[in-house]
Amino acid sequence: MSLRSPLGKVRGLGSAKSGTHHWCMQKVTAIALIPLTVWFVSSVVQMTQADYASVVKWMSSPVVAVLMMLFIVTGIYHLKLGLQVIIEDYIHSEGQKHALLMLVTFGCVLIGALAVFSILKIAL
Amino acid sequence: MAEFKLPKNSTYTKGKTWSADEGATNIKRFNIYRWNEDDGENPRIDTYEVDLDKCGPMVLDALIKIKNEIDPTLTFRRSCREGVCGSCAMNIGGKNTLACTIDIASYKGDVNVFPLPHMDVVKDLVPDLTNFYAQYASIKPWMQTETPTPSGTERLQSQDDRAKLDGLYECVLCACCSTSCPSYWWNSDKYLGPAVLLQAYRWLVDSRDENTGERLDALEDPFRLYRCHTIMNCTNTCPKGLNPAKAIGEIKKMMVERQG
Repeated sequence: MSLRSPLGKVRGLGSAKSGTHHWCMQKVTAIALIPLTVWFVSSVVQMTQADYASVVKWMSSPVVAVLMMLFIVTGIYHLKLGLQVIIEDYIHSEGQKHALLMLVTFGCVLIGALAVFSILKIAL
Repeated sequence: MAEFKLPKNSTYTKGKTWSADEGATNIKRFNIYRWNEDDGENPRIDTYEVDLDKCGPMVLDALIKIKNEIDPTLTFRRSCREGVCGSCAMNIGGKNTLACTIDIASYKGDVNVFPLPHMDVVKDLVPDLTNFYAQYASIKPWMQTETPTPSGTERLQSQDDRAKLDGLYECVLCACCSTSCPSYWWNSDKYLGPAVLLQAYRWLVDSRDENTGERLDALEDPFRLYRCHTIMNCTNTCPKGLNPAKAIGEIKKMMVERQG
């Protein structure tokens, strides 16, 4: 039991003076993902009958390769921001929380780097 | 980890049923949460049969009738009985509201009455609001100015600026909204919750206040403000018809605006 006053507990360590950037980036990536997702889904639907060679040829066009990288990087950044919020909401043990946040960051960077490298390998 | 199940000492059992007097024809059953620290028992749900022909129209009327005529041990807070004090906030029929302004007739079947969700209970329908009030104090809910008070006159405010306080000043701090918010359930130690953030906005938007920047500084925090995920339970449940979610949205807009 703590004898600290209720106001002392609420004030705690003070404001972190951050959070706005995270919130903005979540909104900005969400808006960017609207056209990118429409483009990605419609392209994939159009190619359901295509063979391997024609998909590789499509992917190596500069416009497609760049849009594909933007889609994946934006999507993964958005995913990372969202998972961070979920972990902060529900995981209250400091150790577990920071371990999971780090795991999410590493996982997202790994997947993003792999995806970007793969697209470059096809396109270049 | 956030708690999704009731702890063992909070699961409730069926309690006593208090039957209405013989001859009563217009009976409504009230299932009411009962718990006190002294007997060491788990919470129980007592059922009270109330003769509506001899009872006022509001849920608070029924609670007062139960306490006066059926079971004097039933404990709840109440004062003004007209929705301006916020004392009788409780969870009725699954929704947080003021017992004094909600009509018994708006409930089909039994009326289930519980304390405000996810708060420590002091006794029966009385929740512990210590942390909630401390959070309110933490936003410094009073006018802060550098300019000395003008002599012989008030601090003037245009009618347009005064109108910005409408929908904010009416809040009675009953805590219905904050205790309906899942983000507040999981993180009430750090997240200020909709009621306190609406009050914070009430001072941020007041044209006479001169500490807007300092107020925003104090709120700019991943937990204090940004635990709000626009779930909207607050606006849905507010017994005064206010919109805390919109006030929080306006605070977030101010945060972006001052970035340039």
